[in-house]
Amino acid sequence: MKSKTIRHWSFVHTWTSLICTVFLLMLAITGLPLIFHHEIEHLLGDAPEFRQLPADTPPLDLQQLVEKAKAHRPGEVVQYFGWDEDEPNGVITIMAPTAGTEPNASHTFMLDARTGEALDMPSANGGFMMVMLRLHVDMFAGLPGKLLLAFMGLLFVVAIVSGVVLYLPFMRRLKFATVRQDKSTRLRWLDLHNLIGVVTLVWALTVGVTGVIAACADLIIAAWRNDSLSAMVEPYRNAPPLTQLAPASRLLDIAKDVTPGMEPSFIAFPGTLFSSQHHYGVFMKGSTHLTSHLLTPVLIDASTLQVTAVAERPWYMDLMSLSLPLHFGDYGGRPMQIFWATLDVLTIIVLGSGVYLWLVRRKAAKRATVAAGVAS
Amino acid sequence: MPVVIGVLCAAGLFSALLGDGLWDAVSWLGLGLPSLLAVRGLIPRR
Repeated sequence: MKSKTIRHWSFVHTWTSLICTVFLLMLAITGLPLIFHHEIEHLLGDAPEFRQLPADTPPLDLQQLVEKAKAHRPGEVVQYFGWDEDEPNGVITIMAPTAGTEPNASHTFMLDARTGEALDMPSANGGFMMVMLRLHVDMFAGLPGKLLLAFMGLLFVVAIVSGVVLYLPFMRRLKFATVRQDKSTRLRWLDLHNLIGVVTLVWALTVGVTGVIAACADLIIAAWRNDSLSAMVEPYRNAPPLTQLAPASRLLDIAKDVTPGMEPSFIAFPGTLFSSQHHYGVFMKGSTHLTSHLLTPVLIDASTLQVTAVAERPWYMDLMSLSLPLHFGDYGGRPMQIFWATLDVLTIIVLGSGVYLWLVRRKAAKRATVAAGVAS
Repeated sequence: MPVVIGVLCAAGLFSALLGDGLWDAVSWLGLGLPSLLAVRGLIPRR
């Protein structure tokens, strides 16, 4: 490679890295506890504890659960019910002053599916883990924050690609995984930066790209609402607003009838982001490992309980759905969590060593300029 | 050699999405190897 080309790629690598490093360090550091959020919530005593009941105790029906929720938080409405495989006896309940209230102003708790008892989920509404999550997702700045982080993620990808381009010609001279320790600290850290960078780059690119996609979630959901959802509810465009909702009791049965073999993931109540003003949105997931991440919405008329539509999954919703597990690393058990955390720490080391190498080179360049000035 | 590691890592990332048991084990290998190589590099030779 010509030296001019190397200089160009070096310029790209130096500046894309330097600009994104502060943000990437923040993301990598806040990401570390988030990998273990479930375990940390248990340690903090924030995980809901369920009463021991006989295994065949029947669950309450959904409308009964709605009533229990409204009794627990009077004056609020249920926005979502959700199901978590880790807590089969619970129904995650999200409530807010109105159906359209934005997510950061809602309240999340668990209802015991068998008794309707409300169980707190403090970590879902505040505390250390919520601070970590908000910093990581949008730095408490909402959509502008998410988009800034998405841009930093893109710079990160360019920094990695330019780093690989620079690595190839220089590494031809050295056997792979050599770390020169006998010459200078700078050389040792250059070799480490390159070694750790190159072996972790597939992981870093994956987490980076899926992070950019996740940061664009608000835009992707808005696209889905304008594109897919509005087409499905076209007949309801001029319908008067609902004054009363039909009972939710049979929603899961109705949805399962039209999506055989699928399991419920969550229900979006009318007026929320994931549904229309006139429908319950029952989101069903597939039964295989892979398809369990892909959600098919069933739109059920909230007055007549007729099925209006079973949506085709658009490609961009599938893209987002698959990005999430690839970003979190929560789909391969405890060993995967541990490797995810290790790779995260290794990325922090790559970022930190990159800054160190740039500082050392700047100091050396300054010294050379001063020396040249003295000599002349 | 880095290409081999990269391919193994990619396989590891996607494998556990597809199933449990053996698929998970392939993931652990795919993610564990890069981690191991990197950590080994950090340990100073004496």
